[in-house]
Amino acid sequence: MKHVSNWALNTAALRGASYADVRVVAQRSRALTTKNGKVGSASDAESVGMSVRAIADGAWGFAASAELGRGAVEATAARAVEIARASARVKQEDVRLAPERAAVAEWSTPYKIDPFTASVEQNIELLLKIDAELRSVAGITLAETNLNFNREEQWFVSSEGADIHQTKLSTGAGYAAYAFAGNEIQKRSYPNSYGGQWQNKGYELIEELKLVENARRIGEEAVALHQADQCPEGTFDIILDSSQLGLQIHESVGHPIELDRVLGMEANFAGTSFLTLEKLRKLRYGSELVNVVADARQEHGPGLGTFGFDDEGVAAQCTPIITDGLFTGYLSSRETAHTIGEKRSGGTLRAEGWNRLPMIRMTNISLLPGEKPLSLEQLIAATDHGILMETNRSWSIDDKRYNFQFGCEIGWEIKGGKRVRMVKNPSYSGITTEFWNALDAICSRDEWTLWGTPNCGKGQPQQVMGTGHGAAPSRFRGIRVGSAFKS
Amino acid sequence: MLIQEQAGDIFDRIRKLSTADEVEVLFSGGRFALTRFANNTIHQNVAEENYVVSVRAAFGGRTARAFTNKFDEESLRQVVRSAESLARVQHPDADLLPMPDSAEAAGLRPAGQPRAAVPTSSAPSRYFAATASITPEERAEGVKKIVGVAEKHRLTTAGVFSSAESLDGIFNSRGLSAWHTQTSAEVSITMLGADSSGWQKANSPDVGKVDPLALAEIAAKKALDSARPREIPAGKYTVILEPSAVLDIVGFMFWDYAGMAILDQRSFLTGRIGTKLFGDNITIWDDVAHPLQSGSPFDGEGVQRQRVGLVENGIVKRVVYARATAERMKRSEYKDKVGPVEATGHGFALPNEMGEMPQNIVFAPVSDPQTVEQMIASTERGILVTRLWYIREVEPFEKMLTGMTRDGTFYVENGRVRGGVRNFRFNESLIHMLSNVEAMSVPVRACGEESMDMVVPAMKVGEFNFTEVTKF
Repeated sequence: MKHVSNWALNTAALRGASYADVRVVAQRSRALTTKNGKVGSASDAESVGMSVRAIADGAWGFAASAELGRGAVEATAARAVEIARASARVKQEDVRLAPERAAVAEWSTPYKIDPFTASVEQNIELLLKIDAELRSVAGITLAETNLNFNREEQWFVSSEGADIHQTKLSTGAGYAAYAFAGNEIQKRSYPNSYGGQWQNKGYELIEELKLVENARRIGEEAVALHQADQCPEGTFDIILDSSQLGLQIHESVGHPIELDRVLGMEANFAGTSFLTLEKLRKLRYGSELVNVVADARQEHGPGLGTFGFDDEGVAAQCTPIITDGLFTGYLSSRETAHTIGEKRSGGTLRAEGWNRLPMIRMTNISLLPGEKPLSLEQLIAATDHGILMETNRSWSIDDKRYNFQFGCEIGWEIKGGKRVRMVKNPSYSGITTEFWNALDAICSRDEWTLWGTPNCGKGQPQQVMGTGHGAAPSRFRGIRVGSAFKS
Repeated sequence: MLIQEQAGDIFDRIRKLSTADEVEVLFSGGRFALTRFANNTIHQNVAEENYVVSVRAAFGGRTARAFTNKFDEESLRQVVRSAESLARVQHPDADLLPMPDSAEAAGLRPAGQPRAAVPTSSAPSRYFAATASITPEERAEGVKKIVGVAEKHRLTTAGVFSSAESLDGIFNSRGLSAWHTQTSAEVSITMLGADSSGWQKANSPDVGKVDPLALAEIAAKKALDSARPREIPAGKYTVILEPSAVLDIVGFMFWDYAGMAILDQRSFLTGRIGTKLFGDNITIWDDVAHPLQSGSPFDGEGVQRQRVGLVENGIVKRVVYARATAERMKRSEYKDKVGPVEATGHGFALPNEMGEMPQNIVFAPVSDPQTVEQMIASTERGILVTRLWYIREVEPFEKMLTGMTRDGTFYVENGRVRGGVRNFRFNESLIHMLSNVEAMSVPVRACGEESMDMVVPAMKVGEFNFTEVTKF
């Protein structure tokens, strides 16, 4: 693909670009789903193309094409420069890029089993077996399962000399059981809702998830919710399971630390952020137990935010976001790093595909586990009165990321250190910083899971990106519960 | 742009490569450009051209699909191979129908029961050369005008000006072919003050119907008028929802107006079709041919979309159907309880789990429409809402939704707007909301960020449930 990049870079330079980079991307995906004993959908997709990002007259232009012939590539590069010059008609100041050593590198996701080599027949059999387990529970009215595999190979070349070949692989799987009765629909999902668990791994993830083994329990819980009491409304101590806490991190830490949001670049769609620049290293974001990192490195784990290099050629890094409760870092790019006094990008610029402009995206935004050994059962035993909530059902947060409300699929009332009853429709709400300052216990490493969120939307045109969130079950004191159902 | 004749040639090549009993090929894509601005600067400016072909192979009751954006011989051979190898390992599905021919897709020779629904009138052309030919320079000039308005009012602006020409096409081995092209221009503007914001958005196939300057002035006025917002307590208020706010929230119920959703028992209409769920003043159609609507006049199998009356004077009359869903429904226990059952041209491309949904929603006008100003004038105490945000379903059967107000929320007292207020979180049932609509404006084409574009009115709604207040 070097020749494609060279055609584009030469054209951009000839047209007067002061900087250009080229991404040639080949993506492949497979999606298999079942519903109520039948295959719901079965599809394979491939998409190949290239794009040019260029600075001319101090402004950005971007153009993309599926055609990789010389004429089309050169026309695309010329178009990117033409668009940059049009951008320069409405600018306040020139784009500044933080310096970055031009990397020449190869990187690929470590995996044991290439999921695209796994037998489709066996995969369908697996999903139908889960489906049968779910529907063997009387009262289950709808069962859905899914398996997803993605592979992305990218060649990144820049006018500064970067030349990076990177291949990322991800796998996802999950299922949900619905029980409709009377005037109520209840639902349980495994291992997580909205597509299950996703990681940058091969097919070995499927084998680790114990999908079949948990199916009957999930079906039984969905049905049992119909007999459960409504979750009480009021102020309670709550314990969140690690998957719900992963989404809480995503929405109330991951998005507000995106520097493009903070700087107003997303104001029209995704919104801005309460984390204005003067709050850096001054705001008490959470209690002293709260330590959050943005870590794209492989050593953090196989998260959907793990890579070798971001999409402007910056190597994966670990940035402390919250340190002992203090707000200490943003997600940045080469263009935005200078606004927070950094000399180098934090390496978070990523694009959905060849035809999308890279933008600041969460990497793996993870709450570090507690240092003292603490299991979920020990945490429950140490809780006098509270609500344990598991598996997200609904999520909503305002456009500055202050006020949030989450609903979960299932809850358990805890009294005297024991789960005393199942409760349905649990929900909680609050203000971001008040909530994180209410955290008083985090379970330890053996309860910590690096969850994948495959569907994070941002940007115009909107891009969908996978992000990672490590979390262990945690307790929060004095949280508003049930206001969603307050009449 | 890819034209129908070229697509037909590609289909012929695919058909020759295929060994399937039946083959269907969908085309989509086009040219798209978007100029994005923030902080009174164009900071992102993109253009792309891409076409995707997807091949569905069917062997008896087994089917699967594969996609590619490469049209060379080897790529087409590979995409056919992928679709066929995926299809061959499926379990036979007795509900899978043969692909429709042209006559069936047009509703001229129905398969099975004859159609009884209202036929679709022909949709107007949705392709405008002036929209297709917008240049980056012209979009930049549009943005410059918007920035000019912001600077005049000492505000900061962010938003987009986009343009596109796109296609949807379908061919199958039973001789069906259908092709649709359209253009689209869209402007979305946020104006930001020190402690307030205002928003406007509009789109149309015809760029001449989108006025960036007028939208910028309205967004600026909202930002200025909502400055120094005060906090008032959450509670039940009369709300005046501008059309974008209406579409944002009502859009969450239309997935349920689908035969498959009824069969799956995931629809809030399960057991409720034929009952009065909403107020007398609520009548809703799905009508792709409406002059203010947009989109393709055929569905994922090439079946012509019909005009379907979903709700009449508050009574849920019927839902929409893909071909296979209609046949399943006719055999189901619900068949006599769901109104007319027939393919309506609303199916998604096969195979899929969701079946179908109405995508061209039109609210019928009322006999006594009121302007937003008239609604304000008749309101003793209420909230005027520009836009809603991050809406999610909290409870699926009462259709209880949560979300936030955003970018222009005002307190109304004694018939006048009394300034901006801090944004609210709502938890509100759509059934309750649409049973409490006290007044409506003339329906307009509206767009938001939470749902598809619709033809909807502004609404004045009683007892709307705000549960919390945020910090701004």
